[in-house]
Amino acid sequence: MSTFSFASLRRPLLAVALAGAASVSYAQGGKPECLAPAKPGGGYDLTCRLASNGLEQASLLETPMLVNYMPGGIGAVAFNHVNGVRKGDPDLIVAASTGAALNLALGKFGRQYDASNVRWVGALGVDYGAVVVAADAPWQNLDELMKELQSNPTSVVIGAGGTVGSQDWMKAALMAKSGGVDPRSLRYVSFEGGGESLAALLGGHIQVFTGDLAELKPQLDSGTIRVLAALSDERMDGAYAEIPTAKEQGYDVQWPIWRGYYMGPEVSDADYQAWVERLQELDGKPEFAEMREARGLFPMSKFGSDFDTYVKDQVEEFRGLAKEVGLVK
Amino acid sequence: MWDFLFQGFAVAVSPLNIALVMGGALLGTLFGALPGIGPINGIAILMPLAYTLGLPPESALILLAGIYCGSEYGGRMSSILLNVPGDAGAVMTTLDGYPLAQKGLAGPALGMSAIASFVGSTLAIIGLTLFAPLLAMVAVKFGPAEFFALMIFAFASMSAMMGKDPLKTLIGAILGIIIATVGVDSGTGVLRFTFDMPELYDGIDFVVLIIGMFAISEILLMLEHSFDKSSDKGMAPIGRVMVSMKEVMSCKWSMLRSGVIGFVIGVLPGTGASVASAVAYTTEKRIVDKEDTFGTGDMRGLAAPEAANNAAAAGSFVPMLTLGIPGSGTTAILLGALMLYNIQPGPMMFSEQPVIVGGLIASLYLGNLVLLALNLPLAGVFARVLTVPKWILVPCIAVLAFVGVFQLHSDLHAIYLMLIIGVFGYLLRKFGFSLAPIVLGFVLGGLMEQNLRRALAISGGESGILWESALSIGLWIAAIIVMVAPWLLGRFKSKAVAAK
Repeated sequence: MSTFSFASLRRPLLAVALAGAASVSYAQGGKPECLAPAKPGGGYDLTCRLASNGLEQASLLETPMLVNYMPGGIGAVAFNHVNGVRKGDPDLIVAASTGAALNLALGKFGRQYDASNVRWVGALGVDYGAVVVAADAPWQNLDELMKELQSNPTSVVIGAGGTVGSQDWMKAALMAKSGGVDPRSLRYVSFEGGGESLAALLGGHIQVFTGDLAELKPQLDSGTIRVLAALSDERMDGAYAEIPTAKEQGYDVQWPIWRGYYMGPEVSDADYQAWVERLQELDGKPEFAEMREARGLFPMSKFGSDFDTYVKDQVEEFRGLAKEVGLVK
Repeated sequence: MWDFLFQGFAVAVSPLNIALVMGGALLGTLFGALPGIGPINGIAILMPLAYTLGLPPESALILLAGIYCGSEYGGRMSSILLNVPGDAGAVMTTLDGYPLAQKGLAGPALGMSAIASFVGSTLAIIGLTLFAPLLAMVAVKFGPAEFFALMIFAFASMSAMMGKDPLKTLIGAILGIIIATVGVDSGTGVLRFTFDMPELYDGIDFVVLIIGMFAISEILLMLEHSFDKSSDKGMAPIGRVMVSMKEVMSCKWSMLRSGVIGFVIGVLPGTGASVASAVAYTTEKRIVDKEDTFGTGDMRGLAAPEAANNAAAAGSFVPMLTLGIPGSGTTAILLGALMLYNIQPGPMMFSEQPVIVGGLIASLYLGNLVLLALNLPLAGVFARVLTVPKWILVPCIAVLAFVGVFQLHSDLHAIYLMLIIGVFGYLLRKFGFSLAPIVLGFVLGGLMEQNLRRALAISGGESGILWESALSIGLWIAAIIVMVAPWLLGRFKSKAVAAK
């Protein structure tokens, strides 16, 4: 009797579970969806929300855009998913960033994949890397820090939110390289995300934090930190106007963290173009500019083939850099 | 200096905000009770809603804080009733909560845990009100070396749980540590035990682990019992419904101590409710468990982790509000919510944004009152869940778990992994292993390794950094004391007996 009750229950229950699961994610039939290749709450979530809230506010979509999550390997799982299961889905865009380009360059999305395996739609915003020290640190500018690193690379502990080979490490490595210091000789500590790294900086456990500009605003306002350099091409305005770029201090390092989207490799030209135009139109709205600023992002307008070329060039560039800093042989 | 709190209460008692805190508390309880959906997902789902509804910032934050507190209350329900933790902080709650329910004391257990949750939260909110800025400065002094020492202390305390079968507890904890090593190595970026599967790059997800370990293995155990009629345990009886005053009083010191422990650990960035409840439980076992009744349905063993995980939830607001640094995944999302409204938490927030800070703290007080009022009378109703035959209940939970895990990952691999872990958990239980040491080994082991690696990266390989600061020396001494003291006491006692 009891065996019977189980056997008869198992199949329906499994069916219910799968049906429920299916309705959660594989919503088909013109429902626009943004896939964040991470857990809720991080940068990719923010990237998806930027598109979904922006498009809704500007009434550029008939049905609200769904945001789903697919964490794993800083985007590797989602990249594989789009290349395997949803190659031609016309309603799916996936959040991506400079980190995705770096992972592609390092082969971390799978050796068989490169930037040409997906269709790059566009970027809606950008943040920049920053070299940060505590307010009471002995270095007043990037040059003083670099002099110290040149004379003794291991005397300074650098920390950030990613492992060796991640974006955060690349910022530190490129900074070292620009001053003729071997990136491999740095004393680098990886934390879980920018928050923990900032805490370690304020507590004096690390001396330098290679973070992103936008996440630093509260500490910048309160004067507990000093930003030695912004890793952007030109100075930013507003609260960041006082921060010199690394370039103007004689160290040519730039690290933009763009926030953009890609689609599956077999999406038709018409569907791809529709998304390009939609995002482009959104980017032009003044309300969207406000929303982007509230999320701590700077403008970046690159769409369609323009963006596609940009990403592919960047992946190539990162391949070269990875060799130079000794990440790949 | 109390202005911000008065202003806060003025904000919080507006009809809209009271409604929001109640609604948030209810929803949060639901999110916490459902395995797979914890506070992080609950808040991530509702945050855009709060923004779209056009709620003013303090109201949105009040709603989200209500959800956060509610989910810490809700997490205990399935722990007590089904032996399946609803979220990370509720793992330790299963140890005494479930045996209590099996004894027919589900109602009193739910009532007791609601009171413990209330005491823990309230203690922590008072701590938050009085000492937040001061504590935040101490919290950042906690670096990798100090965290490593804290984890050593936590593992040393775990020896209190060794009880009947020390070897199996040890093997369980080591298994947990081994599971924690899967994924990208945080120091070097090298992949470990991932078998070229990108799904494993981030390691094994905590939710997948506890649902597999607890829920799936529970189903398998039930299946086995359904083949063997003689061992059919039947449903747990429903005894009396309300917790007695005597029971509450017997737990008062456990609740107070655990509340303080939970708050302190919650304040540290990077540790949360799961570490807090583990340390509180093992500490209480050391201090009060003279008759060795912890783990068999002792009210104090239930009150300790519940007071601690709620206190930790409130404690994690300290670094967020005072430094702008999120102390947990959930507060990271709350921080994101604040940024949406162009509010930058930080050292000046208490003076510059008194309405928001005060409103938030005031609504934490109110939310806890609401949750206590809600949970005490309802304990009896929830306890009725046990009258539903388990062969209906547990598959339902499993369905929710499947959907929850799938929603988190949008990927079937997570489901397969959960099932594999479930079978593994079932086998371990058949061999007489307890699951809690495995889960603790997983949580603490991961943190221990990361922080050891960080500390050594900072010092350039010099192990001296591990016992350099006064804080870490204190923790090392505490660890040695909890390891050696029971043995010494035992010898002392037996000598005294011999002398007689």
